[in-house]
Amino acid sequence: MNINWKWDMFFDAFPFILKGIGVTIGLTFACFLFALVFGFVWVILRRIKFKPINWLVTWTMEFIRSTPPLIQLFFIYYAWPMIPGIGVTLSSITCAILGLGIHFSTYIGEVYRSGIDSVDKGQWEASVALNYSTRQTWLKIILPQAIPPTIPMLGNYLIIMFKEVPLASTIGVVGILALAETYGAEHYRNLEAYTIVALIFLVLSYPSAILINKLERKMNRRFDKNAVMQESKGAVI
Amino acid sequence: MAELVKEMKQSITPKRGAKPIVEYKDVYKSFGEVEVLKGLNLDIFPGEKVALIGPSGSGKTTIIRMLMTLEQPTSGEIIVDGTDLWHMKKNGKTIPANEKHLREVRGDIGMVFQHFNLFPHMTILENCMTAPIQVKKESKETARERSVEMLEKVGLGDKLDNYPSQLSGGQKQRVAMARALVMRPKIMLFDEVTSALDPELVGEVLEVIRDIAEEGEMAMVLVTHEMDFALEIADRVIFLDDGVIAEQGSASEVLEESDNERLQQFLYRFRS
Ligand SMILES: Nc1ncnc2c1ncn2[C@@H]1O[C@H](COP(=O)(O)OP(=O)(O)OP(=O)(O)O)[C@@H](O)[C@H]1O
Ligand SMILES: [Mg+2]
Repeated sequence: MNINWKWDMFFDAFPFILKGIGVTIGLTFACFLFALVFGFVWVILRRIKFKPINWLVTWTMEFIRSTPPLIQLFFIYYAWPMIPGIGVTLSSITCAILGLGIHFSTYIGEVYRSGIDSVDKGQWEASVALNYSTRQTWLKIILPQAIPPTIPMLGNYLIIMFKEVPLASTIGVVGILALAETYGAEHYRNLEAYTIVALIFLVLSYPSAILINKLERKMNRRFDKNAVMQESKGAVI
Repeated sequence: MAELVKEMKQSITPKRGAKPIVEYKDVYKSFGEVEVLKGLNLDIFPGEKVALIGPSGSGKTTIIRMLMTLEQPTSGEIIVDGTDLWHMKKNGKTIPANEKHLREVRGDIGMVFQHFNLFPHMTILENCMTAPIQVKKESKETARERSVEMLEKVGLGDKLDNYPSQLSGGQKQRVAMARALVMRPKIMLFDEVTSALDPELVGEVLEVIRDIAEEGEMAMVLVTHEMDFALEIADRVIFLDDGVIAEQGSASEVLEESDNERLQQFLYRFRS
């Protein structure tokens, strides 16, 4: 049996499907931004010492992480509006940002936390000895040390999220996957259509992964040695 | 009889005619089940140099950490320049201090740590000048000028734009001292500041402490294992044992003349 591949259909489908790229990439960044901000909320909530709240927060995070994002999307889009009192009907794009954003914010929150935990406790103590306020300690001492090393990890999550965003097509967000579905169904050209989608994802994720890898190596060097910082400063002056 | 002598020695404090700048009043401190300090009474006078010695685990570090507000006493009071550090008054009632109160009272206290605790993301100069700007609201120019001066004093005037990771341990500790001194504390706490250093780097750090001590105006509390150094600069040596002050007096009294058995054992182990 010969493979039924038509290059002319491939080139016909390509521009049609590519029209969805704006939505796919836009949604990725919107979700990512939401997760970056909401990740901080988890960090703050987890620092509350009051036992019942601490327990509640920990288990909510655990629950969100152990349920598939697809089910969370379905819940927000289809089930939530059915709940009397608090149910709201949201547009599919809003649901996608909320659903995927919240799901990944639990991971991003953990990334932040690992960054914060990696700061030596002596840094807190030196801040007290210099009489910094708690706020100043966070802003001037802790976060500037905690966040930079997490940037490569955050970058990885950006790529992972990019690859999860097609899930949003199931609740009606028209990105490249949804357009491929449409094209494939209309022209009976599923092979070409889905190959295009796969190619687009490959072309975007792979170089990004390499970029982040490079960034990671650069950050490690910079953070370990600071010598690189010193050199580059010297070069400017 | 032994009990009585112990009690008497605990209450001895040098009469300097001045008001103490720090008073520990019947301070107890436990970590969980372990009672580390069992009723500490100690006055420290302005400009006085005090050396704290004692076996490992006797609570030396805990004593100065409570003064730096890094550890809260289980009971008792610590008075700094007339003000209760860990308690405040509100509507006539005494309540636990909040952050604002702690910051007001600890403003005159500085500390140097065993592991330096420099800020790795800042240059040496930034390490020194950030707190005067952020905390004391000094102008950038003044803070920079004073920081440079202080770093020159500790012999690091040529390293201003280096990062801590580029310095030796001895240099790091000297930066840490400059950083604390720029805040103009009235009381400086030193927690075994030379014990993380290679032996050949200890000298340069002690040199700086000696210089500061000679200027005289600051009270200094040194937790140290450098007995010779304690003998040299301390006005008073305090031997801590079993959660209380077991012996205190001038350096020669304590290190050479005391007949306290535990102290003898401690010093013997040290010298051998
Ligand atoms: N944060 C803490 N949690 C639990 N126990 C502690 C804590 N800090 C100190 N301890 C305990 O309190 C006791 C006194 O500790 P401290 O560090 O004050 O002793 P030290 O005299 O400074 O000893 P060293 O000479 O070893 O530094 C020790 O038994 C120590 O294990
Ligand atoms: Mg100690």
